[in-house]
Amino acid sequence: MADAGYDDWLAAIADVAEQGSAARETQSRDGEGYYLACPDGHGSLPPRRSCPHCASDELTEESLAETGEIVTFTEVHVPAPSFADEAPYVTAIASFGPVRLTGVVRDVPRSDVELGMKVSPDVDVNATTGEQVLVFRPADE
Amino acid sequence: MNDVRIAGVGLTTFGRYPERTGRDLFAEAALAARDEAGISREDYDEVHYGNFMGELAEGQGHQGPVVAEAAGLDCPATRYESACASAGVAFRQAVQTIRGGGADVVLVGGMERMNNLGTSEVTRSLAIAADELFEVRAGVTFPGAYALMARAYFDEFGGDNEDLAHIAVKNHANAMTNEYAQFHREITVEDALESPVVADPLTLYDACPITDGASAVVLVSGDYADENGLDAPVRVAGSGQGGDKAALQDREYLAQTPAATKAAEMAYADAAISPDDVDVAEVHDCFTIAEVLALESLGFYEPGEGIGAAARGETTSDGDLPVNLSGGLKAKGHPVGATGTAQVVEMTKLLRGDHANSDAVPDARVGVTHNAGGTVASAVVHVLEVMN
Repeated sequence: MADAGYDDWLAAIADVAEQGSAARETQSRDGEGYYLACPDGHGSLPPRRSCPHCASDELTEESLAETGEIVTFTEVHVPAPSFADEAPYVTAIASFGPVRLTGVVRDVPRSDVELGMKVSPDVDVNATTGEQVLVFRPADE
Repeated sequence: MNDVRIAGVGLTTFGRYPERTGRDLFAEAALAARDEAGISREDYDEVHYGNFMGELAEGQGHQGPVVAEAAGLDCPATRYESACASAGVAFRQAVQTIRGGGADVVLVGGMERMNNLGTSEVTRSLAIAADELFEVRAGVTFPGAYALMARAYFDEFGGDNEDLAHIAVKNHANAMTNEYAQFHREITVEDALESPVVADPLTLYDACPITDGASAVVLVSGDYADENGLDAPVRVAGSGQGGDKAALQDREYLAQTPAATKAAEMAYADAAISPDDVDVAEVHDCFTIAEVLALESLGFYEPGEGIGAAARGETTSDGDLPVNLSGGLKAKGHPVGATGTAQVVEMTKLLRGDHANSDAVPDARVGVTHNAGGTVASAVVHVLEVMN
């Protein structure tokens, strides 16, 4: 099932990760991770028709920062069926300035995950469902 | 504005009844409440009913008429869905309807059937109260969501698992004498700390159980109560509701619950009281950390100060402000869509003096109930008062 707006947003994050930072610097708006911003600078994620913070309908796509910082996380031991083959896994909320994202932390042992850790968003496959999942990987220092 | 009084209350015993239908659970609670109220069937104007996951658990939508019939009533019936705050929202709508003159007698309650699903399916079902696109697809379960809040709280304000364990110990102790509670088993801080991790930092004993059950309340206008000589000594003095962004990531605060703060401020203003006037509280402790956030939103503690309340003995049954004398969601159980009105049932009995734990608050005149949905994207607070 397609989810217009959300799918495009996820695809943009997937593209940017595939292309790497060298390609990203020369890219136009196409193929970059993005968020929605209103004139007052509030951030939100699509699909949106108005800013959830101030109701402005003048939303523009702005580049999502390449790295964010984990503000909280949990290691889930009792999963929903759609994550049965992933457990235990770490889900985190990371701040990218005007927006926060929620994703599954990959490529780092649980014991090394900590608050303040720098991460980059990417899209990977949920091992249980085969569906796309937003993930965070440790950012290059 | 019409006064709203509580004419009757009813509960099922909370527990595991995988074979019992939702309509039968609700009928038991509703008939108990109707029996206590003693109001003739013809006088019921409406049924307001809370239920969260009936489509998933029983394949049953449109539950209003189903449960009204089960309760022996023939009147308009509406179901409210607001996750774990479903019955609290239904209660508030019933209060507002009577206050506005739209009804004199309303049966309000809630029901949830959960144990006919396994733990895994229940986990999936509860998760639908989170944001599907941005949370559920990233692996957020309900314990996981509260774990995210707990870690943010520890980081911002301090506190630890031992503080949370004291809340579980308190609520299990309170449930010991409550015949309607799911658990009658005292636990120790060590038991809680050694229990298996569900979503770190939360463990099994930080979480409420999976519960089947129902609750019901008969609300009447003050005029109806007086004209019919009803024994309805508890009135609904204040009502408030607050909302927040659905997903945690979109909230201003990860370690505070402003929706509940707004609901509390609204309910206190409505009742013309302050937090200092509250004698006893039933709060939504779906996870131990949720009790902490509730105490702070209700104005009993500043943000960051509520975490140690149970450990310091301030919210225990012999403390200055007993919280969750019923056992709370933690030990009484949490049939999700029934919890909001179950809290009202427990509080009504505590104030009337016929609750198993009324002796802990013999002079209580003002009680507060706090019911939250999702990660407190919905919150409902009510103030109940004993009539002079």
